[in-house]
Amino acid sequence: MRDVAIVATAQRPSQIGTQLTSVELILPVVAEAVKNAGIQRQDVGFWCHGSCDYMSGQPFSFVAAVDAIGAWPPIVESHVEADGALALYEAWVKLQTGECDIAVVFANGKTTSGPIDRILTLQADPYFVTPLWPGFDAMAALQARACLDAGVVTEEQMAEVAVRSRRDAKSNAVAHLKGDYTVDELLSGPYTTAPLRAHDCSVPVDGANAVVLAADDVARRLAKRPAWIRGIDHRIDTQRLGARSLTTSDSTRIAAEKAGVGRDKVDVAEIYAPYTHQELLLRSAMGLDATTTVINPSGGALVANPAMAAGLARFVEAAEAVFAGRADRAVAHSTSGPCLQQNLVCVMEGD
Amino acid sequence: MSEADGIVRLRQPIGVEYSWSAGPNATSHLSGLMNGKLIGKRCPSCTLVYFPPRNGVCPKCAAILAEDVEVGPKGTISTFCVVNVPFLGQKVKIPYVAAQIVLDGADISMQHLIQECEADEVRIGMRVEPVWKDRSEWGPTLESIAHFRPTGEPDAALGSKAGES
Repeated sequence: MRDVAIVATAQRPSQIGTQLTSVELILPVVAEAVKNAGIQRQDVGFWCHGSCDYMSGQPFSFVAAVDAIGAWPPIVESHVEADGALALYEAWVKLQTGECDIAVVFANGKTTSGPIDRILTLQADPYFVTPLWPGFDAMAALQARACLDAGVVTEEQMAEVAVRSRRDAKSNAVAHLKGDYTVDELLSGPYTTAPLRAHDCSVPVDGANAVVLAADDVARRLAKRPAWIRGIDHRIDTQRLGARSLTTSDSTRIAAEKAGVGRDKVDVAEIYAPYTHQELLLRSAMGLDATTTVINPSGGALVANPAMAAGLARFVEAAEAVFAGRADRAVAHSTSGPCLQQNLVCVMEGD
Repeated sequence: MSEADGIVRLRQPIGVEYSWSAGPNATSHLSGLMNGKLIGKRCPSCTLVYFPPRNGVCPKCAAILAEDVEVGPKGTISTFCVVNVPFLGQKVKIPYVAAQIVLDGADISMQHLIQECEADEVRIGMRVEPVWKDRSEWGPTLESIAHFRPTGEPDAALGSKAGES
């Protein structure tokens, strides 16, 4: 295995209702990440992009994104119809093959140009679930109800997640929803999709981000303190919501074990939890103890959820915690699909 | 929902609506077409002029195309195709010509119809000009132009920057 690390990152501030095209969203963050790494575009051996055609409403919309990275002289690039976190996984594999030493991963999500609750529903089982149009929030609400009934979470704990996320978001320039709230204040609000209230659901925003990965000595040369990827694993639960437990997350638990989360203390964990109860489930599935691990110091996806970029954003935040010395060991997590169907867990360490 | 032969059939069409934005960098091009003007965009790095301006960025340089440049209205055919195949919904009588046209001052070609001449007269290097539809039909689309027609000028030698890059 080669040593592969994140050596530079870039994110753009969240926006609602941006007039920019996806290409215009991506171009500045990719340029910034490349600049932050101290390299030229031509040094990049592999490019990998995460986005979703259903969100832009255009087939093959990702092809246009190649314009944003410059395709001359010819480049080697790939795209995943998924969160940029999975594009990062592909880039990590590419670096492991030894075919290149530097890869750039980027993601964009324009969640406010369409009905995101409906669009994400298209991730559900296309035969029995999607035709019923349950709505993404509603499927999460079923999961929250199961968790509440099983006593796995309480509404107060869910509100605490929102309070902490909004408070921590105050120091994050790219976050959208920030401020000081109390649990009582949030719990006095009405249910939006019972048992979820507005604060339990993430805020859909338009965003983009980029990450530069490098291998071995190249990584050591490009970053003072690279965020070395020590373990990365992706697992998927069945798409049949009725055929799996909604009060646990087996795919997360297995991915965390394979990535080696529990082998040592975790200083910072950036978890992609689009709903408050899901953060609680994910923490427990990964065996993270909130008294010793700082959870989502960025505010997490709850305060700004650029779908398809929100998972990669967790990698950006976790890597930046390592760069800055706020963490020696950090976890980045990404999810996709209804009720946490797919989960990717990564452990990063500083030298 | 219908029940026949004991089978319950459920028809559930799905649909989503989007609000689409052309983006600030392509908007001047589209508004130009609403006003009878051909606006391209110049790359600040390689100086190529794009008409149409793609996604508002130069794919060679990965740079935002911020500068408006009025191009044309005349142009030169860089390649073409004679359409002889009838198909459902065809609006133009066959045989007709679909051509790639490099407008004067632009460095990439755009596709449009060539009319007002026989298909077998069309050639690479032929000089053409746009024939706009009635003003009431102008919109943010190249369809504001009905077609291009020969100007009668001598053929141009092609050798624009578009070919070199």
